[in-house]
Amino acid sequence: MLFAKASSPYMHDDSSVQSIMRKVLYALIPGSLAAIWFFGWGVLVNILIAAITCLAAEAWVLWLRKRDIRNTLLDGSALVTACLLALALPPLAPWWLTVIASLFAILVAKHLYGGLGFNPFNPAMVGYIVVMISFPREMTFWTAPVGIAHSELSFLDTLQIIFSGHTSTGIDFDSITMATPIDTLKTQLGLEHDVETTRQSTQYSPLFDTISGVGWQWVNAWFLLGGLWLAKHKIIDWRIPTSFLLALTLIANFFAVYDYASYSSALFHVFSGGTMLAAFFIATDPVSASTTPRGRWIYGAGIALLVYVIRSWGGYPDGIAFAVVLMNIAVPLIDYYTQPHTFGKPQK
Amino acid sequence: MSAQTEPPTTLAQFHGGLKLKDHKQLSTQTAIAKLPAQQRYTIPVLQHIGKAGEVLVQVGERVRKGQMLAQSKHLLSAPIHAPVSGTISDIGNYPVPHPSGLPAQCIIIDNDFENDWVERNPVGDAAFHIPPSTLRRMIRDAGIVGLGGAGFPTAIKQTEIDIKTLIINGVECEPYITCDDMLMRERAREIIAGSEVIGHIIKAREIIITIEDNKPEAIAAMQAAIADDTTGYFRVQAVPTIYPSGGEKQIIKVVLDKEVPSNSLPNDIGVLCQNVGTAYAIYRTMYHDEPLISRVVTITGHGVRQPQNLEVAVGTAMQACLEFCGTYPQANTDIVMGGPMMGFNLHSSKLPVVKVTNCLLTNTSASNLAQPQSASHLPCIRCGRCVDVCPANLLPQQLYWYSGARDFERVVDYHLFDCIECGCCAYVCPSQIPLVQYYRHAKSEIWERERERKEADIARQRHEAHQARLEKQKRDREEKLRQKREALKARPADTAANDIGKNAIAAALARVEAKKKQLDLAPKNTDNLSAEQQQLIDAVEKRRKQSHQQET
Repeated sequence: MLFAKASSPYMHDDSSVQSIMRKVLYALIPGSLAAIWFFGWGVLVNILIAAITCLAAEAWVLWLRKRDIRNTLLDGSALVTACLLALALPPLAPWWLTVIASLFAILVAKHLYGGLGFNPFNPAMVGYIVVMISFPREMTFWTAPVGIAHSELSFLDTLQIIFSGHTSTGIDFDSITMATPIDTLKTQLGLEHDVETTRQSTQYSPLFDTISGVGWQWVNAWFLLGGLWLAKHKIIDWRIPTSFLLALTLIANFFAVYDYASYSSALFHVFSGGTMLAAFFIATDPVSASTTPRGRWIYGAGIALLVYVIRSWGGYPDGIAFAVVLMNIAVPLIDYYTQPHTFGKPQK
Repeated sequence: MSAQTEPPTTLAQFHGGLKLKDHKQLSTQTAIAKLPAQQRYTIPVLQHIGKAGEVLVQVGERVRKGQMLAQSKHLLSAPIHAPVSGTISDIGNYPVPHPSGLPAQCIIIDNDFENDWVERNPVGDAAFHIPPSTLRRMIRDAGIVGLGGAGFPTAIKQTEIDIKTLIINGVECEPYITCDDMLMRERAREIIAGSEVIGHIIKAREIIITIEDNKPEAIAAMQAAIADDTTGYFRVQAVPTIYPSGGEKQIIKVVLDKEVPSNSLPNDIGVLCQNVGTAYAIYRTMYHDEPLISRVVTITGHGVRQPQNLEVAVGTAMQACLEFCGTYPQANTDIVMGGPMMGFNLHSSKLPVVKVTNCLLTNTSASNLAQPQSASHLPCIRCGRCVDVCPANLLPQQLYWYSGARDFERVVDYHLFDCIECGCCAYVCPSQIPLVQYYRHAKSEIWERERERKEADIARQRHEAHQARLEKQKRDREEKLRQKREALKARPADTAANDIGKNAIAAALARVEAKKKQLDLAPKNTDNLSAEQQQLIDAVEKRRKQSHQQET
């Protein structure tokens, strides 16, 4: 048959799921490189562990489900999930933590719901939440950013820490890990030290840079750049990141103005933790996000609100995963009530 | 020049749409050629939306060119005419260009090459003194239907009530198709003349000729044709080249910034939209008294050597058109009638050209028609690109989801029937889902269910009426029985009824008694009886008594 399809249209713009996923992976590169630069080889090791686990798990389920293994693996969605998950996990997370999170993401969050296109929740974030709740101590193994750490870890040392929990050279674990800036501020606020005091204190000031945390601000900046490239090529919808960042800025600004001592600035929030990764790569996961134009504004703003609430008053240091999954739950409702005005229908 | 210097109105936009590679230059290199007469013509009786006509001719009959072959009294219908003079060689079911692929009734004419026309009396400019109703009947009798592709009988649309604006649609937004473009370039004056007649019929206050801005030659030609119109009655409006701005509802939105309400026609908002080809056909009818027996068809794509536009008689075999343009040795049966976005694959070139055949798109394996490679598609990843391009502003991914789940109530809820099947969603879908196919299927399924429901309703009503009738009969019968039974039950107690009988008996006895008395049966002459006589009498009486006793 020369006209491949049974019915019109017989033309296609040549886009494909594979090319979308591939471009998402490309866009993750600058931010990932920055993360490796600032937080060490652990980031790369995590990505590799997660990628292998995710692909193997996906292949296994596809074999069980008697689906086309080769083409489905090539669609790249499992690899994207693996990268997002690995970038969210602490760089020195033990290998089994990454494996558990990856398995949960692919097996439970993705394939038990029917595979690509049918998962109501973002698989990477579900995997993250599972290990976050189950292994809170390990989830704090954030390496101190380059320049602050007392000693730099070599690639081999990193491998050893991740796979065995200690190094042969006997590097003190506490000397290489450190609480994240968001976490630090929260803890200090709990001790009634206001934001500015913490940032100026001799103990914590090395953690902070002009905008947010050392390293963190650059990682966020590079993810922002990759995200803008994706939005420009219309791989992701621009509304979700816009709405998310705008809402986060407005909310954070409101509280910072209201009480400067207890609340960090909007800029700090936007360039801290997983904000940019969430804005352009996690919240924009098309499968689990809202699909209506108006719905996407609500969805993005909802995540921002939840992120801010969890960061400021919740029990977890960063609230991205919870915020995204909570808004995933709301998606069917949002989509139903934000249907666009159909051509020719009376204006509501 | 006043017509051209109309203040440029600001154009509105409809949601979504696509900028497509148009491939139009393929078939605009040469002028419209006339396809030489053929030996045999196959004319389907039904070539329009509506009812098929009744065949007026018989096998073996000689017909003249332009003679009516079939006609219906039904309002939603259009007659068909003989494209050539010749003999009817057969009337029967033949393959026709229709998505269903089912054969339909056709009239076969063998050409006698005499070009023997029926008698013609063109009205010409006198048309403007003829009442609109008469003109409409002429258009109807000429078998004119919408030539943009839908084939809706034209006369029905031309109502005189409240129509202010006539849009002559030369947008032709589908890639590859150029028949309207070439018609406007070469026969602009004729199109204007036809449009003027339509304008006269519907009493339009303005006529807007809409053309996409990728057809500068057509725009120039049409502007030249209206150059001497100083009234501003005519206006040529270039519109941005965005697919599907050629859709009736879309072009009205662009030019007039009005939305035709869902489930309504442009008439309802005072607009009539007619294709340029239709306007040209009306010109042929008014000025040459010709029915619609030929049209311009774009033969294009990479399966023919010289893509071009041909003026083709209705009923011509498509194969003849392809051969005229030069085919390649490897047999190619894949032909799309219409454009690549909304046309359908005929799988055969042995079909006749019909009134709505605007384009025959051929293809080669080395085509530059970018097509999805695999037949199977990936799942929907809800990316929402379809939402961004949908000109009806629907949520195609939700429609797909619910069509796939066969949740037709929800599909209708998401406005499936506002879908114009333009194919934009399927064009951009990264999972390469044939979305329109799902919608067409869902629509036909819903129609089928609706039809079944109606039939079931009728059957149910009939059944209920039948049940009610049976019930009533039963009730009547029971009532009667009950009355009888009651009457029977009441009888022993009811003495009055019995007395009637008893009284009657008593009365009868009394009457007998009275009669006896009247007859005076007492013994006579018994006064002076002797003793002997008395003894005899007594003896007789005694015997009588005895015998009487014995008897009883």
